[in-house]
Amino acid sequence: MNPTSTLDWTAVCQLHRLDPDRGAAALVDGVQVALFRTGDDLYAVDNLDPVGGAYVMSRGIVGSRAGVPTVASPLHKQVYDLRTGRCLERPDVSLRRHDVRCRDGLVEVRLRPAD
Amino acid sequence: MDGDLVEVDGMSGGELVVIGNGMVGQRFVEALRARDTDRHWRVTVLAEESRPAYDRVRLSAFFDGVSAEELNLHTPDDGVELRLGEPATGIDRARRVVTTAVGEHPYDALVLATGSYPFVPPVDGADLPGVFVYRTLDDLEAIRAHAEGRRTGAVIGGGLLGLEAANALRLLGLATGVVEFAPRLMPVQVDEAGGAMLRRYVEELGVGTYLGVATTALRPGPDGTVGALELSDGRTVDAELVVVAAGIRPRDELARAAGLPVGPRGGVLVDVTCRTVDERIWAVGECAAVDGTCHGLVAPGYATAEVVADRLLGGSATFPGAESATKLKLLGVDVASFGDAHGTTPGCLDVTFTDPATRSYAKLVLSDDARTLLGGVLVGDASAYPTLRASVGGPLPAPPLALLAPAGGTGAGAGALPATAQVCSCNAVTRADVDAAIAGGAADVPTLKACTRAGTSCGSCVPMLKQLLDAAGVRQSTALCEHFDVSRQELFDIVRVRGIRTFSQLIAEHGRGRGCDICKPVVASILASLGTGHVLDGEQASLQDTNDHFLANLQRDGSYSVVPRIPGGEITPEKLIVIGEVARDFRLYTKITGGQRIDLFGARVEQLPQIWRRLVDAGFESGHAYGKALRTVKSCVGETWCRYGVQDSVGLAVALELRYRGLRAPHKLKSAVSGCARECAEARSKDFGIIATETGWNLYLGGNGGFRPRHADLFATDLSTAELVTLIDRFLMFYVRTADRLQRTAAWIEALEGGLEHLRAVIVDDSLGLCAELDAAMARHVAGYSDEWRDVLDDPERLRRFTSFVNAPDVPDPSISFAVERGQPIPARDSAAPAGGSTPAGDGRRRQPVTLGLPEVRR
Repeated sequence: MNPTSTLDWTAVCQLHRLDPDRGAAALVDGVQVALFRTGDDLYAVDNLDPVGGAYVMSRGIVGSRAGVPTVASPLHKQVYDLRTGRCLERPDVSLRRHDVRCRDGLVEVRLRPAD
Repeated sequence: MDGDLVEVDGMSGGELVVIGNGMVGQRFVEALRARDTDRHWRVTVLAEESRPAYDRVRLSAFFDGVSAEELNLHTPDDGVELRLGEPATGIDRARRVVTTAVGEHPYDALVLATGSYPFVPPVDGADLPGVFVYRTLDDLEAIRAHAEGRRTGAVIGGGLLGLEAANALRLLGLATGVVEFAPRLMPVQVDEAGGAMLRRYVEELGVGTYLGVATTALRPGPDGTVGALELSDGRTVDAELVVVAAGIRPRDELARAAGLPVGPRGGVLVDVTCRTVDERIWAVGECAAVDGTCHGLVAPGYATAEVVADRLLGGSATFPGAESATKLKLLGVDVASFGDAHGTTPGCLDVTFTDPATRSYAKLVLSDDARTLLGGVLVGDASAYPTLRASVGGPLPAPPLALLAPAGGTGAGAGALPATAQVCSCNAVTRADVDAAIAGGAADVPTLKACTRAGTSCGSCVPMLKQLLDAAGVRQSTALCEHFDVSRQELFDIVRVRGIRTFSQLIAEHGRGRGCDICKPVVASILASLGTGHVLDGEQASLQDTNDHFLANLQRDGSYSVVPRIPGGEITPEKLIVIGEVARDFRLYTKITGGQRIDLFGARVEQLPQIWRRLVDAGFESGHAYGKALRTVKSCVGETWCRYGVQDSVGLAVALELRYRGLRAPHKLKSAVSGCARECAEARSKDFGIIATETGWNLYLGGNGGFRPRHADLFATDLSTAELVTLIDRFLMFYVRTADRLQRTAAWIEALEGGLEHLRAVIVDDSLGLCAELDAAMARHVAGYSDEWRDVLDDPERLRRFTSFVNAPDVPDPSISFAVERGQPIPARDSAAPAGGSTPAGDGRRRQPVTLGLPEVRR
């Protein structure tokens, strides 16, 4: 909706500050981002639970459904595909994804505009 | 009103009057109303008692604390006018009206469901005060009142009802004797050897038996009420209360007065359609003499009710013949008899089995070629009953000794039954009926019960329903989720027996994938139940639900609530003040919970350790409100203050809460202790509830509130505190080990094969040899308890998790803000715009957030 978007990479924390299979919240240019580290992969999505309306996604349980990496909302347990942000139970709902990478042991996030 | 509505042979409708609202009368009305969808019949029920129909089969449960309401069988129906306390006084067949003291009720069809009355032998003193029959709730109330302060009692009649009455007197604290004219107890159901085994059990319970003698007179004591029995052999038995249970007689007086024929031994004479010689008059239940024979059990009574309901709507049902099969637990002893129990068929053969070690006796009666089962008797262990009963008249499903093998023997599988075998005799459901329901898609026992009615009365055939599902190849999946093929119980055993302590090892060796929000918390709970260290250590942290992860309860706005433990609801003024100060200083919304503690809402993640610090320093600890764990043990104030209290309920509640605090379980656990039978602590709505008696504690198991409220069942009575604690220890540990994920104790007990009785066998009689292990597991839990809040405060690595943002730990979550309502902070409701339409549209009461001067959110 909003044309303003941040296109720069922002360093958030050192990689070892992210526990495997557990999320963490980060504040990137005023936007709450949920970061996840599973195995060798990093994922970043909005911390806002689009169904429950609270900023809690980073506190969800990480897992997999049929090989797809997932996070479940801690409020009402809807499950989301971490790669696409798509809600597996409700096709009309999705999480905004952000870009995330690890450079020199530092986790960096680049916000994506809302679709 | 208009008789023209009725074609007498087709009997299509009009005014229907039912005399009697006992179990069978009620069943008849329900059966008729279920079929009469077009409301051909207007139904009036005339009832003698002031209570609507109740479960007389379970009458004795009244003495176990089951209330009259719980025994109720009547559901209101706007198509039925139930007139309580208005007994019929006459039938005018010419005018087709039934008269009562109040008026007249015209009928197009009349159904007599008047039941029976207890037979009282005509001996001297039978009318003394203190002599009772055992038939109605009013009788039981009178017995209880008279027993107060008295010490001895006797029962005349050693049959089924007599032994039930004897147990009731025993429970009322009376030294009890049973007088039976026949040479053995339960002469109708069991043979000589079975009776002898039964007598051993009964006498060991302290009930005296006087067999083969008649009561010749009842003599008054000094106060004019009954004092003693005189027996035909010259003995005298002290009895300040006497129950006469010497058989029943059909109530056929209305029919006799109306000129209807009666059977050779009484009862309203009807044919196999249950119709009398008057084509408008029918009889059902104990008052009906079908082809001349009255039936005193509920199953044949229900069969007559179904026949008449069918006939009144144009059907052609006939009475299928009575089955006299009985299985019951009398004074804690299983007794069953079925078919030709006494071996009266010419040429029949007996196979008997007596095991003094397990004190069980069994007899099978076989046809002369030993191929067909004709009947049998089981005393002590009746587990083979359902299959045996259903096999009567057919080929033996297994060799006789395999069938009689004591509990656990699986020789008697329902899968071997023929299609015509009756699986549920209470509701006349055959194997073919069950198989048809399974073929129609019923895939579990509850569905089978709902669509066939099998197993909904006495429940003894429920294990067979399971076996029939298995035999039909219906696999009831017990897989936890896509990552584990095993059930929670199996997973628990794998973790326990193999000593696995990490999720990654468990899923690598016994599962697949990465786990999910279903299996991870289950494994976290199992590891916690086994006492494997702090829930936030190492990999365990990633398994926890957010509540367990932050040791607080997530609320709708992303903030958390904090509940310190207040054992038994008892708290000092100093501690109350600390809670008030903490709430004030952190601006927390404060509310008293249903579990007698105080919930503090609106804490942000990074505030939690600061709040705990203050609480822990004042002597509080975690209340585990966030966990699938023991929550509270609620209490009433008890004998310390209360005028009515008989035990120290607060003291016990505090001790129990401290004993079981922190015990992780498949679901939350709640408890309560009441100091007297007034039950102010609402203990019967808890997973384990305790109610004080004059001499100890009664333990109730399997209650809950919530979506499907359920009262707990009485499990044991008059326990000492030590006995009570041992039983609860085992109950909890057995539950923790074997229940399914998110299965509360009530559903768990229901799902146990054998239900509460099986639980009793396991934790009282140690039938699985598990008790020592369960006791040791609980001892480890109690010794290993440590406050989870304090453990976090003491460990910087654990504390690290309690930050708002990994890159801005000092910035509070800007989305959490508050409005004020009734003087307290509440979540401000506009911080985010939820998608997916889950928030009520047009909420005009949205409140403005309090501005906190936080980073602007740019999009």
